[in-house]
Amino acid sequence: MIFEPVIGLEIHAQLRTRTKIFCGCSTAFGAPPNSQVCPVCLGMPGALPVLNRQAVDYAIKAALALGCDIQAGSIFARKNYFYPDLPKGYQISQYERPLALRGGLEITVEGRTTLVGLTRIHMEEDAGKSLHEGFHDSDRRTYVDYNRSGVPLIEIVSEPDMRSAAEGAEFFSRLRDILVWLGVNDGNMEEGSLRCDANVSVRPVGQEAFGTKAEVKNVNSFRYLQKALEYEIERQIAVIEGGGRVLQETRLWDSATDRTHSMRSKEEAHDYRYFPEPDLPPLVVDAARIEAVRASMPMLPAERKQRFVAAYGLSEYDAGVLTQSVELADYFEAVAAESKRAKLAANTISGVVMFMLKDRNMTIDEFPVRPPDLSTLLVLLDTNVISNTVAKDVLGKMVESGRDPREIVQTEGLAQNSDEESLLSIIRRVIAGNGDAVAQYRAGKAQTFGFLVGQVMKGSGGTANPRLATELLKRELSNT
Amino acid sequence: MEWYHRRMAVLTVADVERIAALALLELTDDEKQLFTRQLADILDYAQQVQAIDTSGVPATAHVHAGQRTERDDEPRASLPVEEAVANAPDANADAGLFRVPRVIGG
Repeated sequence: MIFEPVIGLEIHAQLRTRTKIFCGCSTAFGAPPNSQVCPVCLGMPGALPVLNRQAVDYAIKAALALGCDIQAGSIFARKNYFYPDLPKGYQISQYERPLALRGGLEITVEGRTTLVGLTRIHMEEDAGKSLHEGFHDSDRRTYVDYNRSGVPLIEIVSEPDMRSAAEGAEFFSRLRDILVWLGVNDGNMEEGSLRCDANVSVRPVGQEAFGTKAEVKNVNSFRYLQKALEYEIERQIAVIEGGGRVLQETRLWDSATDRTHSMRSKEEAHDYRYFPEPDLPPLVVDAARIEAVRASMPMLPAERKQRFVAAYGLSEYDAGVLTQSVELADYFEAVAAESKRAKLAANTISGVVMFMLKDRNMTIDEFPVRPPDLSTLLVLLDTNVISNTVAKDVLGKMVESGRDPREIVQTEGLAQNSDEESLLSIIRRVIAGNGDAVAQYRAGKAQTFGFLVGQVMKGSGGTANPRLATELLKRELSNT
Repeated sequence: MEWYHRRMAVLTVADVERIAALALLELTDDEKQLFTRQLADILDYAQQVQAIDTSGVPATAHVHAGQRTERDDEPRASLPVEEAVANAPDANADAGLFRVPRVIGG
């Protein structure tokens, strides 16, 4: 029997606010334990939550970008469960009436494009952090840090529309790109700003009804997600083929062993006794607010990519590279406008500049060469003042020193040499000093010509105008 | 199962035991009987309210509904760590951490 997997994802994304969702405590990462807590996020009796306006605007922005319907009225609810990381004994979330419904995100895997539907997006607060290891009494005690408690999250729930592990990983990755592009999430999975749970089931190909699903938690990188999905799909198929039944349960991904293991019985854990949060009024979002948020949104990556292809004649590939982030796309457009050489700008930025960024572990915002200076360099290159090789050297020097490219070219004598007399004197020296190669060339060994051109370039310190040098060398070789 | 959405004001001892387990409460047999009756009374009362015809009346989700009650994203001072952990039954004050009985594994 051939099985197909059915996958839906639930993604928790931290909103990039300065303060928590219901109180003014900072959300900065890495602060000493319990230094960013107050009566509200510690769940002290009598403390009242007040909603962070910016968190709502970010959530609306994400929902709009994903094509969701923003609900005019949504309601916060208490999700009740007892665990030390939850000081109130309930998490404030949204349940029956979330902020946004429907929507979708298109993904392409191995040439097949799928629209993955979204069920909903709701707002909620994060829990604290439990520390189970590292203390002398860790065998008996758990330590708790509530700095994360009350950090604003959106939970994005997809429809079970994915049919392979690769599609699951691609969906998570595309979603991250959009959230980071919008500026609503920092995309940092190591710090827990973006987390993913997966609902996985398998069914015989052709069967309409879904199989029993397991929820896989704790998958916090694209690579782990793909591996966890692959493992879980194989596990479930093996259970069914072995005559067993897949249990509805929560399973934890263990990246050390590349396996999932059972965490708890789903039925026990899922009676959260939700009820409307009496301390918060319904969240009312009117059309004016939605339009204000919409007006503040950057053009989405897919849209901007197509515009780069249409307006500048870039390849799909280059346009894709240049729309990895808003900052990079803005940088390219600034250079393209200033240098009036869009294609050269695209090649240079997607090539050598991206290489330099990766090499130095920098973002484009941190790149010391700003658009006006890169534009100047490209114009020098395109008007044959300097050669390609020299341009790369000059760019390296600009990165190290922040100097002006014209100044570097001038003081270091790097301008391309197009002076026939001086090139001829170099060429004659090369011919005189490489008798063997010259003889071979004249005997019909054409490859030797490339070597001689190289010697001329070297003799000029890389500044010889290559076209002119080639022409003159050919002439000199046939003359004598 | 959303027990609070049930329309039937029939509550059994088993329901009370289940709710008590979710709330991590230990109840004596007498308490279970008592709470079964008291909770059933509350549900009965809720059912009387539900019987009123409210068609055409907009739902009152909250008495303050309609007010914009959101705050600016401006940081405010948090508690000093010593104060934050001061009321905890157990804490490691030096590390600034709350301490509870171990919740996973052995």
